[in-house]
Amino acid sequence: MLSLIVFLPLAAAVVLLTLPRLSDAAARWAWVVAASVDLALVLVAWARYNAPAPGQLALEEQTRWIPGVDSRYHLGVDGLSLPLVVMTAVLFLACAVYALRERNRPRLQAVLFLFLQSVSLGLFTSADLILFFVFFDLSIVGMYFVIAGWGHGDAARSALKFFLYTFLGSLALLAGFIGLYVGADPHTFDILQLTAHPPLADHPVTGALVLGAILLGLAVKTPTVPFHTWLPPAHTDAPAIGSAILAGVLLKMGTYGFVRIGMPLLPDAWRAWAWVIVAVGVVSVLYGALVALAQDNLKRMIAYTSVNHMGYIVLAVGVAGVIAPDTAQARSVAVTGAVTQMVSHGLVTGALFLLAGVMQDRAGTYDMRNYGGLAAPAPRMAWLFAVGAFASLGLPALSGFIAEFQVFTGSIAAAPVTAVALLGILITAALFLRALQRIFTGDTIGASRGFTDLHPSETWSVGLLLVLSLVIGLLPRTLLYLIEPAGRAAITLVGR
Amino acid sequence: MGSMAMRPLLLLPEMLLFAAGLAVLLGGSFLPRQRQWVSRVVAGAALVVSIAISAVALAGPASAAFEGAYAVDTGTGVARIVAAFGTLLILLLAGDELTGSPRESDTYALLLFSTTGTIILAGAQDLIVLAAAFLLASIPLYGLVGMARGPRAAEAAMKTYLMGALFGIVLLLGVTILYAVAASSRYADLPAGLGAVAPAAVAAGLLAVLAGLLFEAGGVPAHFWVPDATEGASSTVATFLTTIPKIGALIAAYRLVTVMPDTLAWPLLVAVLATASMTLGNLAAYGQRDPRRLLGWSTVSQVGYLLVPVAVAGRSELALPSLFFYLAAYTVTNIAAFAVAGALPDRRDLAAYAGLSRHAPWLTAALVVSLLGLTGTPPTGVFVGKLTTATAAWDGGMAWLAVVVLLNSVASLFYYLSWIAPAFRVANRHDVGGRSSSLALPWSTWTAVSAAALSLAVGIAGGLLWHVIDGALGVAP
Repeated sequence: MLSLIVFLPLAAAVVLLTLPRLSDAAARWAWVVAASVDLALVLVAWARYNAPAPGQLALEEQTRWIPGVDSRYHLGVDGLSLPLVVMTAVLFLACAVYALRERNRPRLQAVLFLFLQSVSLGLFTSADLILFFVFFDLSIVGMYFVIAGWGHGDAARSALKFFLYTFLGSLALLAGFIGLYVGADPHTFDILQLTAHPPLADHPVTGALVLGAILLGLAVKTPTVPFHTWLPPAHTDAPAIGSAILAGVLLKMGTYGFVRIGMPLLPDAWRAWAWVIVAVGVVSVLYGALVALAQDNLKRMIAYTSVNHMGYIVLAVGVAGVIAPDTAQARSVAVTGAVTQMVSHGLVTGALFLLAGVMQDRAGTYDMRNYGGLAAPAPRMAWLFAVGAFASLGLPALSGFIAEFQVFTGSIAAAPVTAVALLGILITAALFLRALQRIFTGDTIGASRGFTDLHPSETWSVGLLLVLSLVIGLLPRTLLYLIEPAGRAAITLVGR
Repeated sequence: MGSMAMRPLLLLPEMLLFAAGLAVLLGGSFLPRQRQWVSRVVAGAALVVSIAISAVALAGPASAAFEGAYAVDTGTGVARIVAAFGTLLILLLAGDELTGSPRESDTYALLLFSTTGTIILAGAQDLIVLAAAFLLASIPLYGLVGMARGPRAAEAAMKTYLMGALFGIVLLLGVTILYAVAASSRYADLPAGLGAVAPAAVAAGLLAVLAGLLFEAGGVPAHFWVPDATEGASSTVATFLTTIPKIGALIAAYRLVTVMPDTLAWPLLVAVLATASMTLGNLAAYGQRDPRRLLGWSTVSQVGYLLVPVAVAGRSELALPSLFFYLAAYTVTNIAAFAVAGALPDRRDLAAYAGLSRHAPWLTAALVVSLLGLTGTPPTGVFVGKLTTATAAWDGGMAWLAVVVLLNSVASLFYYLSWIAPAFRVANRHDVGGRSSSLALPWSTWTAVSAAALSLAVGIAGGLLWHVIDGALGVAP
């Protein structure tokens, strides 16, 4: 089942690539169909999912891959990964719908995104470190070609920076994985076996170094301050759907690595590093928000709010390692909030980047100073952007609130000093309201004149993402019943 | 007492290749120019049959020929199959360049001789056999490099010849020293013979022999000929001499260090050579604008990665299989990269690859797979090789060497991307790439595509291959 979900998009990509004489329209629709079928399969898997016992996975599949280093092809899902799998499938479908108006080599673009979809789903379902790394690295390669091939502005340079920076991070990650393998007895790369018997428990110094390498790799991908400098240029020059996938899915690979690999596999070292992680999280929250406030380029602004939003996640997973009596409940709320934030950020930021792409498409600029009064010529755009902005700043009834409320409830109860990060929410609220005001209100001037409102493909793709954000905001149980047991299990594992 | 017998029939694959080389050489002089392809078919058939015999031998138990001087074990088996297979791919590649050329069958003959030499180098368990194999593997190389016409080729041939002669003598000197102090040239007798003598003498001997083998492999400090030869020689020859000799040289190095006594810190020595080779190769590759010269330096850095398992020989169970795996994966990946350059012989500047993705998508795909493969991007074969190699280094107590391998892999990405990036750029009208006249050559293109596909297959189906190569050196006591 999982293998089918993971490799169906890749199979579709191969078919698209090899079919001769395929019209562009057919290629665009084939992509939509493939993404829809894959989403349907994911929903079937969700229906068949039963929460596994702590330290176990559901819907497992495994076979030997590289026997010499005991690396397996091992897939499975639990409450940490299934929400991300669903979110990934939804976001790729939204991108496929959005790209129905693509004119620049649509067939090749569809192939590349289907490849990226396989890679992303594979990463969230893999239960083997090497398999995880394979997908981690391939996501970088795929995104490099997306930015370099379909970007604008200084795309080649941004793509190269993105590739080199994140590739360096990925090799730090690999060094950490090798350390885990060598430290484990018996040697293995299997995540479940390593979770059951955490390696390097008797070697605190080596354990801390290995976790340091893993944290570095994940921090570059997430990204957190001070490893975030590749993110703004990559987002600014990437095509709209590339940005949506980069922010929505690829950044989650970093944060997902924290809860899947860092916390359960190296609990001792995680507790030792906990305050550093908390500090990096708080700094990312505040720095991301402040720099976002100073931007005139809408896409750069959204990119920096991603740094801020990822900061909440890092803060929460850091707090998970701050062991104090009677805080297990609070810390598990924080971890649940972190996973909810991953899903929420994927949906909401994906939607915002798609809307920013519309501005590039119509007027060729992201600069907010060139717009004004856009609500008059483009009311649908204004409504959707407003909903996205409110979801992103954490207004109740939308998914961002559910996530950030839990992150802060848990974090402040367990470590009161983290309340300083609340300032980030305030700044984010200010900057989104200001952006709304600058772009959409007032007299219709500059690039806003003659701006064509959203086409159906754009409305549907963005609408799909925002409706789901609203569903999570109004009916959080639909998601939280999945995440909560996994959050509690994660806290048990890190407390060993 | 099986190992004391001569048993020459165990060397059937080697004899077959050598005999085929002779047949091609002699027969070629009786064939008219346009019928020289017959000699290519003969050479190809000999390689296929030799692979088949070697595969059967590899499945059987390990043994030794010539009273233990020549091992027929997993190491020799892997060398036989990988080297013959690599040469087979190179014969395919040669279809564009050599068909109907004046020296067609001579080239095939020299390729077969050198392949035989590299295999014997891998199997040698005696210093004298090692020296003979070195000569058999390297002397044809001088001729091969000199086959091309032009000032660059002449310089390359001269440099290769002088370096080869120098390091050949150094190797012989090392053999002499080790033979003199151990009182035996047999590997089986070396640990006992060398254990009691002064470590300085052993170190001098080992270093000299390793230097000779590093000429063959094209690694630091004997690498100076590599970039010139890859730039100046024909593309068939450039592919061959950066791929096939490495197989024999590195397995020979592995065999040699395992019989060195503990009195000598040879792991550190090899680790330093490995670090120097990968770092220097990578740094020198940065500024290169000629794709073949860039690849030449890249192969120098690859020797560094390949030396890592040698540095932890005997101290990690992963060392030997990762060497074999890396060699196999490297062979197909490197051939793919050179085949791409060979398919477009007029484009001698990276900028000339602009627009390649538009009019040669398959070739571009092969370029991306092979170059990212050489970097160590999954799921190619070299990724698995690099992963197990770095793991072996850490497992063998050299965690720093694993980190060096990974850092160098990041560094190498810079120059590989400087070749990939133009291929996806839109070509200007005055770019070479925009002209329809410079079509990719067919044989090279198909070799590149199939070798790139193989390098992916080696990575994805790594488990199957692993079972084949997961053996030991020498005969089990």
